[in-house]
Amino acid sequence: MIMEDKPLLSVENLHVSFDTPKGVVDAVRGVSFQLGREKLGIVGESGSGKSQTGRAILGLLAARGHARATRVEFDGIDLLRADERTMRTIRGDRISMIMQDPKYSLNPVMTVGKQIEEAYLVHTQASKVQARERTLEMLEAVRIRNPRHVYHAYPHEVSGGMGQRIMIAMMMIPQPDIIIADEPTSALDVTVQLQVLAILDDMVTQNGMGLIFISHDLNLVASFCDRVLIMYDGQVMEVRDADDLQNAEHPYTRGLLSCLPQVGDSRDLAVLKRDPAWSAYQGAEVD
Amino acid sequence: MAESASARQLAAGPSASSAPLSILRAVAGVLSTLLLTFIGLTAITFVIGRVMPADPVLAIVGDRASQAVYDQVYQQMGLDRPIYEQYWRYLGQLVQGDLGTSIMTAQPVMDDILRFFPATLELATIATLLGIFLGIPMGVLAAVNHGRWPDHFVRIFGLLGYSVPVFWLGMVGLLIFYANLGWVAGPGRLDVFYNDIVTPVTGVILVDAAMDGEWDIFWNAMSHLILPASILGTFALAYIARMTRSFMLDQLNQEYVLTARVKGMSESRVIWRHAFRNVQVQLITIIGLTYASLLEGSVLTETVFSWPGIGQYITRSLFNADMNAVLGGTIVVGVCFVGINMFSDLLYKLVDPRAR
Amino acid sequence: MSTQPAVINRAKGLRGWLLQDVPQSITQARVQRFYLAWLVFRRNPIAMTGFLIIATLVAMAIFAPWVTSSNGLEPHLRDRLQPASAAHWFGTDGLGRDIYDRIVWGSRITLYIVGLVGVIVVPVGLLVGTLAGYVGGAVDNVLMRITDIFLAFPRLILALALVAALGPGLENAVLAIALTTWSPYARIARAEALTIRNSEFIMAAKVQGASTGGILFRHVMPLCISSVIVRLTLDMAGIILTAAGLGFLGLGAQPPTPEWGAMISAGRQYLLDQWWIPTVPGIAIFVVSLGFNLLGDGLRDVLDPKSSE
Repeated sequence: MIMEDKPLLSVENLHVSFDTPKGVVDAVRGVSFQLGREKLGIVGESGSGKSQTGRAILGLLAARGHARATRVEFDGIDLLRADERTMRTIRGDRISMIMQDPKYSLNPVMTVGKQIEEAYLVHTQASKVQARERTLEMLEAVRIRNPRHVYHAYPHEVSGGMGQRIMIAMMMIPQPDIIIADEPTSALDVTVQLQVLAILDDMVTQNGMGLIFISHDLNLVASFCDRVLIMYDGQVMEVRDADDLQNAEHPYTRGLLSCLPQVGDSRDLAVLKRDPAWSAYQGAEVD
Repeated sequence: MAESASARQLAAGPSASSAPLSILRAVAGVLSTLLLTFIGLTAITFVIGRVMPADPVLAIVGDRASQAVYDQVYQQMGLDRPIYEQYWRYLGQLVQGDLGTSIMTAQPVMDDILRFFPATLELATIATLLGIFLGIPMGVLAAVNHGRWPDHFVRIFGLLGYSVPVFWLGMVGLLIFYANLGWVAGPGRLDVFYNDIVTPVTGVILVDAAMDGEWDIFWNAMSHLILPASILGTFALAYIARMTRSFMLDQLNQEYVLTARVKGMSESRVIWRHAFRNVQVQLITIIGLTYASLLEGSVLTETVFSWPGIGQYITRSLFNADMNAVLGGTIVVGVCFVGINMFSDLLYKLVDPRAR
Repeated sequence: MSTQPAVINRAKGLRGWLLQDVPQSITQARVQRFYLAWLVFRRNPIAMTGFLIIATLVAMAIFAPWVTSSNGLEPHLRDRLQPASAAHWFGTDGLGRDIYDRIVWGSRITLYIVGLVGVIVVPVGLLVGTLAGYVGGAVDNVLMRITDIFLAFPRLILALALVAALGPGLENAVLAIALTTWSPYARIARAEALTIRNSEFIMAAKVQGASTGGILFRHVMPLCISSVIVRLTLDMAGIILTAAGLGFLGLGAQPPTPEWGAMISAGRQYLLDQWWIPTVPGIAIFVVSLGFNLLGDGLRDVLDPKSSE
């Protein structure tokens, strides 16, 4: 993948914190990275802050969540300091997000077709007829047979794999520059996972998009993405090219790698020993 | 590409053939429950009317009736027959609309009830409409502003409306708005000298007066109606607002709301087109419940406002020991209550795509 | 997620015992659970307000003989229809009785009603619900049908009819209310029983030869009690309002008993000129109902935090 000179997205020193009854919880502490027209994976366990990073970029943190950063730049716009109006033009149209479980992330009382059309109509001046045409095209592009029937279906009537493909169609229809995929295959059966990933791969490559692939599955990310970013306890531990992972230096990454079972391996599975030093804050404060 | 069963089912064509079947099934289910509940209700009124009183005939004819009347009613009720036969007879009479005769009015109870029912319907309907058109927006407002002052206001208001004894509120309302401020008319449906002018077509004075073109009467009826309807409506308002808020809060936390925001939709679209759409189905049940409970709860309001509805009818009959009237009224209100709830249940099943 | 430092428990004495990380006995564990729930509860101002109101009610009822100047029952016709004054804090009613005194004595009746209804409804609901949930099958079907039928009945009207047959009186009113209120508790108990039914400790009890009845009474029911009680608290306000309504219609406690609903009804004729006579009892009902609603809301927040905040 050719990296353009200017990255699509530049995240500098991102912090995300939440007000909880027990005090302030820092979910993301000083995360920085750049995204070009490539597939970047963010790997981490539960609570590492990977999902919150994605949400913060879109300005869609849950209530009581606050994000601040030195700069989060997309196309010359500082996303964290932009007003809501600007963000709404960016969301969907330029940066989009695919969520984990279509059972929950699709509106249960609207037909699939309407939901996809809506994603299109929000950002274009197209007519209903044109929107419908585009929707059917997208459904075909994600390899759904009988797009007309699926168009009229409700989300609970389709399988998980189909639901995710609908999700992809919905998020890709406005042709964004960046897609954030938050655990897109975690709720799917293994066989279906590969199909969905293949579709995602095709669309990202064909349209020259940037993809942020958030997951807890190091294996999956390593095989699918170009670069991998390892997060732990809100911080970035290491960034590596996907095919260079075996040369990882950070003990956490090495620990993760050694935990992965290998077929034909008869040794006991290693248990990851956490070093509290990894949690120590290594970054700078935001000015 | 291998596909799942649901995809194959979809490929076979939209479920056009199974839609009427599932509707049929839903209706059948509701009807059977309705039937069972009806039987239960009548069993209870039967027990109350025949089994509990020391002398059921006396309970119906009163202690001033002559021996002839006593004997006649005794025969009618078939009190020498075994209980289940009596019950069967009772059911038969009910189904034909024969609720017995009232001692007070010497009319068939059914006729009396039909005369008094529209007044209650009028009150309950307006109160429910008030609850809907004010309560729903309040609930949505509260949920959207969770934790800020509109939310607190709605919560407190809902709590107060929920806790207040409605009949007392009615009295206080009369004291303030009628006696002291003179903004509304007093007890009763109409000022006395307007009585019996309008031809009773529907029994609902507002409608009848409008049809007759008697606008003075219309506005007089309105000024009598507004206070009791508002009082009754306060309870409906509090309940509906509270439930709407609760439902909306639930929905606003769902993933699909996040999806809608990710798509770049405006906040009002997210609230109304997405979150609220998921709530409105549930609101059907709530509104049904509200209407039904207002229908039966109007008993108290009617007493305070001397409103000649079915609630007042039942209470007056009660004090006159007119058992037939009391039980007849109970059955009618009971059937309406149950019927409305079942109907809204049915409506819910039909409208919610997930329930199909 | 940053790892949180362990809370170091330095409190000594009773508080230390209550906050100890690892309880040393079953009793301590139980008391601790109670105490922690109380701490969460205490932080909720809504719940605390409700709690205070109800506590005041209970205190009034208990200390009635000491905080009143009379028993509120005897007429003093010379003093009738007096407005609020130092001698009569809430004035006097149509028979010259001190309204404040009657309100305080009436609190006993309110508690009596609530307690009686609870005492009937909770065991019945628990019994029916746990039996249905645990045994399942045809028993479940039949019991739930019956429960549903009662659930569908209009409460007030049915209470009216019952009282018409049985005659007015406090106990009859209570019976009527209980008859129309028990259904939801059966449903709740059944839902809980269904989840517990397949637990391992139940299987262990069965293996040890415990009978169905034994299992129900000693294992299933105790676990269902707390949800039923929470629901009861939430319903109490409604029960009080219904009871007051019946009293207002003259169907509950009979004169001269100072039941608040009946007081409103009796005072209605004085509404225009001596407004305090029917108004004050209504305020009392309002406040108590509000108190129970606040308490119930607070309890629900404590036990099921995601339902509100």
